[in-house]
Parts: sequence; structure tokens; C-alpha cells
Amino acid sequence: MYVELKDINKHFGDFHVANNVNFGIEQGSLVALLGPSGSGKTTILRMIAGLENPDSGDIIIDGKRVNNIAPAERGIGFVFQNYALFRYMTVYDNIAFGLELKKMPKDKIKERVNELLALTNLNGLEKRYPNQLSGGQRQRVAFARAIAPNPSLLLLDEPFAAIDAKVRQELRTWLRQMIYKVGITSIFVTHDQDEAVEVADRIIITNKGCIEQIGSPIEIYKTPETPFVTEFIGQSAVIEDYHRLNGFEKGDYKGAVIRPEFVEAFKSDNQKFKNVIDISEEGEITDILFRGNSLELTIDLNGVPITVHRSLERREVRVGEKMRVLIFKLFAFDDEKAYLLENSKLKERNINNEHLESYLYNENTNSFVI
Amino acid sequence: MAKGVRDKKKIGKAGVILIVISVLFVLLMLVLPLVSVIVNSLKEGFGFYFNSLSTKYVLSALGVTLLATVCAVLLNTFFGLVAGWLLTKFSFRGKQFLATLIDIPFSISPVIAGLAYIMTFGRLGWAAPIIDSINNTFGTDIQIVFAIPGVILATTFVTFPFVSREIIPVLNTQGRDEEEAAALMGAGGFRIFRKITFPHIKWATIYGVILCTARALGEFGAVAALSKTRGKTFTLPLEIDALYLAGSSDSITAAFAVSSLLVMIAIAVLVLRNFFERREL
Repeated sequence: MYVELKDINKHFGDFHVANNVNFGIEQGSLVALLGPSGSGKTTILRMIAGLENPDSGDIIIDGKRVNNIAPAERGIGFVFQNYALFRYMTVYDNIAFGLELKKMPKDKIKERVNELLALTNLNGLEKRYPNQLSGGQRQRVAFARAIAPNPSLLLLDEPFAAIDAKVRQELRTWLRQMIYKVGITSIFVTHDQDEAVEVADRIIITNKGCIEQIGSPIEIYKTPETPFVTEFIGQSAVIEDYHRLNGFEKGDYKGAVIRPEFVEAFKSDNQKFKNVIDISEEGEITDILFRGNSLELTIDLNGVPITVHRSLERREVRVGEKMRVLIFKLFAFDDEKAYLLENSKLKERNINNEHLESYLYNENTNSFVI
Repeated sequence: MAKGVRDKKKIGKAGVILIVISVLFVLLMLVLPLVSVIVNSLKEGFGFYFNSLSTKYVLSALGVTLLATVCAVLLNTFFGLVAGWLLTKFSFRGKQFLATLIDIPFSISPVIAGLAYIMTFGRLGWAAPIIDSINNTFGTDIQIVFAIPGVILATTFVTFPFVSREIIPVLNTQGRDEEEAAALMGAGGFRIFRKITFPHIKWATIYGVILCTARALGEFGAVAALSKTRGKTFTLPLEIDALYLAGSSDSITAAFAVSSLLVMIAIAVLVLRNFFERREL
């Protein structure tokens, strides 16, 4: 493990921002600290950087305990949320700042800065000031400045928060590629699950100062372990009366989470679903939302509101229309854990995941297809 | 052109009335009195004007005024930078209280400030024994009240908040990020201040220094309480007062001549102020 946190605790007054935090990060990996605001993710990042000190516990980087080592000596590059570029310095001076502090000779500095300008595609902008740059360019300068002194660990605090939605998508890919190109172990903080899923190869989910789950994006998505992760990941709707749905019995659970991709809604005359129409239930559309590339239907099913996506290529539906609804699976949870429940009636018919796929229209490329 | 026409239309009747009122007010209350100072100062001709400016008393007062101003500005600039940095970049108990204390000179009458210094450093003040013992040990003859140090102290007191008040809002909007980023890269406190904080507050500091200078040059009340010797510790405003109170028509004209000096300095400061204010934007 390249970076390790052992039993880290931290309080801000009465507020427990890090509660027995333990995790390890392998060299070369790109890790996301994902959680809602106030979950302690930024504090964890700042403790690794040395901008905050833990009340107890050990922070180990490259086999060395760094708790008492000054931030500047930890070999860390840090990209701040709003980039914190030095506004009275040019792009060149911003990138060169850390190198000058290392007392690097002037010609070496020039060489390194030019190399980074080329790497980040900022050639020709070196004489500009930060306020003369676009959001994306600023992020690239911040990245170049952070990696200029060749740190062994790169920390990024909400690296996309300050950028508008359109450019953000582009920059995610850029940053991911850039980090792999440079080959630097990186940890970034985000509250946006799409960002974490797309950019990171491991995700650490934080909530109320605790680590909820660590895993690859797919693992987190497919096998959420705690009630919090179940709810937090995906477009998840919590329902209490899950046992009122056809195919699910009441167990010793507090509630359940259904994601739109776990549900199929079809018109009763749809031939494709004739084999399963008898185990489906009738519901009524109460709301239709246009989501740009698909429709989002809310269907009232025995008093339980269910959300489902519908391709624009399929037949038109309207509010008040009766639909047949089939729920493949859901995540039930008690106080501590989450459990996958599959539709027992589908199971009886021996319709497993591969069979299911043929029932699906495979329409929404944005969501996982079971 | 079209835009200008539209702007003119927008002003309307109420606007015209407001403009007339404010222009009249400014003319009556500010411009006319100042013009009359200049006119009166030249009543006896240029020869008299320059003679009354080069008397022993006036030259001494000019020297004292400049000395007090330079000292006050230097002290308050240094203090203003320190206080501004402390109040915006650190959080500690009593911060709000300290910020309020800094503003005391804005709300207190300068005469009271002068008297307070007499009560502190004067013959009966609590600090007098300390000064005496310093003088005894080092064989010096330091006097504060009714001497130049008192004039400097009084001037410093009344101009105390000017620089810090200009800097604090600018530093507040800047935030702590850049400093943190520089510290993380290993920059020391002084380098951070020089390379990151100071460029940010440069214009605000200069602006504060100008305001501080203007106020220090014209201070009367606090200095009057602590300065009693004409030709030694008198500043220009005190000298003007003395000349005017002397009552002869010559000395009154001389008082106006010295006043015109201060008026011209004030105008120069205003011009500078406008120049730097624009730079700031």
C-alpha cells in the first residue's frame, strides 16, 4: 500500500469529522473519495496533505509515517477546489513557483515548465494571468503547477466543481488520461457519483466521518454493502412497503431501494413480454418527465411510487395510462447491511440475468444494463 | 450618441433638482471657502505670501508636521498590514473585539485622545515613573508630553485605522487558498507575504497611506492638547491658529498663506487618491 490511513480520528469542536478511518491505496491507482457534503472527505484529503492534523491515528505515505512531517516535505501535489492559482503571477510563474522553492537552476526550471506547458496543451499561454484563462485552462494550470516538482502523490479537491457542465465532461476524460500518462498515484474528492464512477478506478465512500465502502465502481454499483451506499449510488428511490410488490416477500428489513433500471414497464398488449405478463402488476402513470435522451415515468404501483426510464423510440405513453410493471430485483436493507433481493416469481420460472436481457430494450446506454 | 440621449432623458425633473441642490451645497460649503483661503492669502501680493511662508515659525511647523506625518504613516502602515493580515487570515478568540478596538480613533474626539496621552505620559500620568527611570538609567532626556514624541503619538493615534481599514476588506475577499497553496509547496511566511499577499493589497495599501497622510497633515485637536511651544512643537494647523489668533491684519493674511499650503497639499492628495482608486478597479 502506498498511502495508508490507520485509525484516523478528527474532531472539529463536537463534530466528529473522521471516525476511525482506515484505508490503503495502491501505488499508481486513481482513487475517488466520494460522499455528500459534510461527510468528511475533504478533511481526509487535507489530513493526507498535512493541511489538517488528525487527533489520533497514523498517516503513512510510502512506508513512512508522515504525521509530523511538514506538508511541503510529504512529496504531495495539491489541486485546490477553486485552483487557488496565484492571480498576480503569470501561468509560467505559477508553474515555476514550486520549482523555485526547490532552488532549481533557472534553465532547468524553464525546461520543466515548457515540458509541462506542452503536456497540458497550454503552449502560448505562459504570459497570461489566471483571470485571462477559461475554467478548463485554469484547471490545467493548477494540474501542471501541482505536478511540476514531481510529487509522488497527487491530491485533488473537487477538481471539477468550478467548471460548467459542458466542459466538465471533457475534462474528466482529460484528467484521467493525464494522470495515467504521468503515472502518479492520485486521490480526488467529489460529491458527484458520475464523476467518481467515470474517473476513478477505486471509490471510497464516506458518510458522517466513516468509511462506508471501498471498491471498484462496478462493485460499488452492483453490490452496495450498507444502507447508505444503497441509497447514495444510482438513481435510488427508497420504499418501505417493498413486500407489497409482486414477487417480493416481507423479510426482516427496514426498507428497500429500487433503481429505475431494475424495473420494466410495458403496455399490456406488448407481445415481447407475453411470457411474464401474468407475474407483472398493473400500475398507473402519475408523472412523465422528459430527460433529454429518455422519459422518466413515475408509476403508482399499489400505492408505491416506482420510477422507470423509457426510450423515446417506444410507443407513446400519457399520464393516467395503465401499464404492466415488472420489478427484477431490489436492494433491501436493515440498520447495517444491504441485501440483494430478486423477484421470486421470475426465479421460479428460471429466468436469470441472461434471459432477462432479452426482455429489455437495452435502450438507455447511460445506465447499467443487468 | 443614442446612449447619451437616453441617459439624459432618464434624469428627469427630480434629477435636475437633486443636481442643483448638491452642486449649490458643494459650492457654498466647500469650494467657496477654499477659494477664499487662496484669495485672502494673496491679498498682500506674492512677496508677502512667500515671506509669510518662510518665517522661522512656519518653517519649524512645516518640519514638525512632515516629521509627525512620516512617522505616523510608517507606523500605521506597518501596523495596518500586520493587523489586516492577522484579522483576515487567522481566527482566534476576541478577534471581533480587536477589530472594533482598531476603529476607536474614528469615533473618539481627537482632543480626548490628546488629553488621554497627557494623563498617561504627563507628569502625573501612570507612565511618567517608567519614563523617568529610563531617563535615569540611560542618561537620556526623553519627554513625550509637550514635545515632538507627543506630537507624533497624537498624530499616529488619530490616523491609526486608515491603512488597516483599506486592507481588511480586500484581504477578506481574497480568501486563504493562495497562501495555503504556496505554503503547501514549501514557501515560508515572508515569501508568501511578498509574492502573494502583498501584490493583492498593494493598491489598497497605497490608498490607505494617502488617506493617512492627508489626515495626519491636517490634525489639530489631538496635537493641540500635546503641543504648546510655538516654533518648536507646533504643527502647521497649530501655527495657522496662532497666526490667526494674533489678530493683526498681517498675521491673518499670513495665516491664510500657510493655510493655502495645506489646501494645495490636500488637492494633490485628492488627485493622487483618484488616480489610485482607479488603478484598484
